[in-house]
Formats: sequence, structure tokens, C-alpha cells
Amino acid sequence: MKKDFYTISNVIRLPHKYAAGPSFTRFYNGLEEGKIFGTICPSCKKTFVPARSFCPGCLANLDEWVEVSQEGEVVSWAYTDREFFGMPGKPPVILALIKLDGTDCNFLHLIGGIEMGDRDEVSSAIKRGTRVRAAWNDEKKGHMLDIKYFEPVS
Amino acid sequence: MGRPVAIIGSGQTHHGRRFDVTYPELVKEAVDAVFENTGISPNDIEGVVSGTMPSMMEGVALTHFYFAEVLRSVGKPIMKTETCGSTGISLAFTGYYWVASGMADLVLVVGSEKMNEGDSQATMTTVVEPFYQRYFIAGAPGVFSMQCQEWSVKFGIPEDKVRAAATRLSIDHHNDAFDNPYAHIKKRLTPEEVNNARIITYPIRLWDVCPNSDGACAMIFASEEMVKKYGLKPAWVKGVGYSGEEYWFGDSEKAIWQCAIDAAKQAYDMAGITNPRKELDVAEVYNPFTYQEMLYYECFGFCDFGEACDLVLKGVFSREGELPCDPSGGTLCTNPIGATGLNRAAEAALQVTGQAGDHQIPGAKLSLAHAMGGVDQYNGVMILGSEK
Repeated sequence: MKKDFYTISNVIRLPHKYAAGPSFTRFYNGLEEGKIFGTICPSCKKTFVPARSFCPGCLANLDEWVEVSQEGEVVSWAYTDREFFGMPGKPPVILALIKLDGTDCNFLHLIGGIEMGDRDEVSSAIKRGTRVRAAWNDEKKGHMLDIKYFEPVS
Repeated sequence: MGRPVAIIGSGQTHHGRRFDVTYPELVKEAVDAVFENTGISPNDIEGVVSGTMPSMMEGVALTHFYFAEVLRSVGKPIMKTETCGSTGISLAFTGYYWVASGMADLVLVVGSEKMNEGDSQATMTTVVEPFYQRYFIAGAPGVFSMQCQEWSVKFGIPEDKVRAAATRLSIDHHNDAFDNPYAHIKKRLTPEEVNNARIITYPIRLWDVCPNSDGACAMIFASEEMVKKYGLKPAWVKGVGYSGEEYWFGDSEKAIWQCAIDAAKQAYDMAGITNPRKELDVAEVYNPFTYQEMLYYECFGFCDFGEACDLVLKGVFSREGELPCDPSGGTLCTNPIGATGLNRAAEAALQVTGQAGDHQIPGAKLSLAHAMGGVDQYNGVMILGSEK
């Protein structure tokens, strides 16, 4: 079992273009203007953010648009100082589910703007219910990463 | 309701870093083992079910073709089932449905994975919504860390108590794995080692997380007629429950986790179980993360919500406890993803047929097998019993 056998290597790269459609495109356009848009279900009245074209519960078409608050509460978070595939920046990072005010689902993004070096510092600064606000990059490209992260509201 | 179905044999490979064999050779080990263990001829198998983690993990697309010869599927119908971490339990369901429907009497079911050849966490990222969410997932650990925090905060469980209970589970399972000849990670751990291990995604530390394992599992699902014909000890499928959730992470609560609750309830209703902690003799709960295992205890009705930590610390779910969970060491010690859920079913079947060897729970007659898949998206539960 301990004897080494050959291995062969193969890198498979498959570039992919995902069609965003009108709803996601309009959401991205909002990001370019520094705005976060949601859509409201005519049936269950829930507000979904990021904006989507259909309600996940009722399947109703979501045609009513609303600019939602850029502030909300932390629902849950995870800290890591390890690099994972596809991460937008260098670790350490804090992933978080954030409930933006007036919306009815959790928004997945990053938390930043705090001292990140030490896990204990993070866990004293971020808790369920901590108020956070979107911080934006100066240059906006119509992309989820136009929002740099959410930072605690002091 | 379909015909009665039983599992009449299983075969597992030794799990670990298996760079000593190719992927088809690894699958062959499990398939050869099930035929050797049962004495059934491959010629008598009428259909084959095969499955893995998402195809991006595999290095070869459509592995059920790649494995055709070793699955003994040449000239036979073959079905592929793929639901991420729950693939194995979905495979068991597929085999069950095939026999229960009356369309076949003897079906071979095989799950497999070579985790160490590819990049499992990059593969997990490809499961996530591409427009808005994919950037914000640190593989599976990131998702489950957020879920665990949601759970512990919701029920106000102090951080040190959650840590102590997770540590107890980690120590117990890594210890239990010594009694399972097929387990991957076997280790005697101290509380200090577990508590001070490096952080993967806080609060999850190294010994709270399953390993990357290479391995395969094969099982044979049989009709009542075939159970009589071969005279093998049957593990009857008493109940199945399977429930999915919305696609987007963040749309639904993951502490009182509806798809896990519903999957267990469906399986209990079918099996006539009303008090699972009392009626079940053993459970193979899918536990890639210590924290998540406790969440399942609550969703499966083994205890009330918010109560799991206390009961773990009292030893209710340990080997000598009221409801032993994962006496095999579980997913925490062995995780070849496409095989993992099937390993749970194989272990649950070994228990109710008295064939679990050194980790046998004495007199076990009713067992539960479970697996979860995707970004907290699916749960599947199967109940097995020694009596039809």
C-alpha cells in the first residue's frame, strides 16, 4: 500500500457564460448606481433581495420593484482565515447572512471594516442582531462585488 | 405503496487516500465484496444504480459509463443518481423504488468517490447560485458554520456548552472508528486537542470536520421472493422519507430545519414510529460536522429543540446510551461523498442483521440511515428493520 504509483494530471477549464435575463440585469444596473433592488411578491407580499423574477414560494411573477435599505441585521456569520476556491479576496474573511431592513429573506455577503486578524476580536464585534450597512467600492461594474462588504453601524 | 424490499448484503472498500488504485478499480473492490459476501452471481442482477458527488468532482463525466464493466452493468439497465452529499441515500432510494415497483427483483446499488484526486471544496462552490451567492461560500464548512451559529444562537445555547458537546461527539466518534474496519480516520483525542485545533471556519475546528476519503460501497436490494431464494439475513426497508428545500441559501430557516424534519416524519409515518428515541435501536446520522449532528438529533425528534447539547453531554447518544448514534464513527471519520450516504444505509443494515462486528449494538432491530446534500438543500432518511 505504501508504494508510490504514477499519477497523471489534467486541468479541465470550461468557460461559461450565464444569461442573466431582465431581472438580474436590472439588479446589476442598480448596483452600478449604488442601489440595492428587491422585488415584491403580489401574492405573499414578501420582498426578496437580490431581486428575482419569480417568488420561490408562490411562483408568482415579481414585477414590483423596490429599492431596499442598505442596512440590516446579522443573522449568522462564519469566519475563516483559510483560502477557499472562488473567494473574492484574501482571507481572513467573514461570510454572513444579513437581513436587510424591510425584506423577507437573508442576503448572503461579506462583513468587513473591522479588525480581522483575530477570531476572538471578530466574535466580540459581530453577533446575531449586529447592525450593519453596505460599504461600496468607488468603481462600480454592475457586479455583486460592487458592494465591498457590510460594516457594523457605529 | 410498493412491494416489500430488503437489503440482503453490502460491501465496502477500505477508505482513505487510495492512490494505490484507479477509480474503476476502487469501485470494483466494493462490488466484488458484495458478491463475495452474499454468494449472489452478478448474472442474476437485473439493474444497476450508480452515483457520485457532482460530476465536476470526478475528473471523468458520466462515471456510470466509466465504471460499466466493474459495475457488471454491461447488457443491463443502469441509472445514475446524483444529489451531492445525499447521493448515497438517494442511491438507496433508487434501488428501493426499482424493486418496490415490481420492475426488478434484484438490483445492485453502488456509490463511490475519490475525494483526494480532485478539489471537493471547489466542486461544492459550483453547487452554489452563480449570480449572487457563489462568491460568499467557503466551501461546505462556510455554509455549515453559518447554519450552526444560527442554531446555537436561536436556542440561546452558551458557546462553551456547544463547544463541549461537539468535543464529546468528536472524541466518541474518532474512538468508535477503531471498531469499524472500513473507517478512514481513527484517533484517540483529548478534549484539549479538539478544543484547541486550528479553525477551519469558526466555530468549526479541525476535529469537528469530516476528512476527504476515497472509497466505495455496494449493496443489493431484493424482493421478498429473492430474500427467500438466497436465504440471506434481510434488513427490510420499513420507511423512506426525502424532502428538498428552496434553492437559495438564506430563503429558509436552517435551525428549525423543515426539510430534515419532514424527511424524518415521512419515514417514521411509513414505518409506524411515533417515539424515535425509544423505538430506534441505533441511528447512522449523516455527521460531516459535529455541530450539525446535534441539529439533526433535534430535527429528527430524538429530543426537543435546544436540548441536544445537554443530552450529548449526558451520553444519551453514545455507544452505551439510550439511542446510539454513528457507532461506525459516521461521516465524521469517513467521507467518500458519493458513497457516504450508502455507507450509512449499509451500516444500518449490518446493525439490524447482527453483522456489525465490533461496533454491533446488541440486539438492534430497528435502525435509521440518513444523508444530506447540496447547500443545506436536501435530506433523506431510511428506516431499516429486522422484521418485515
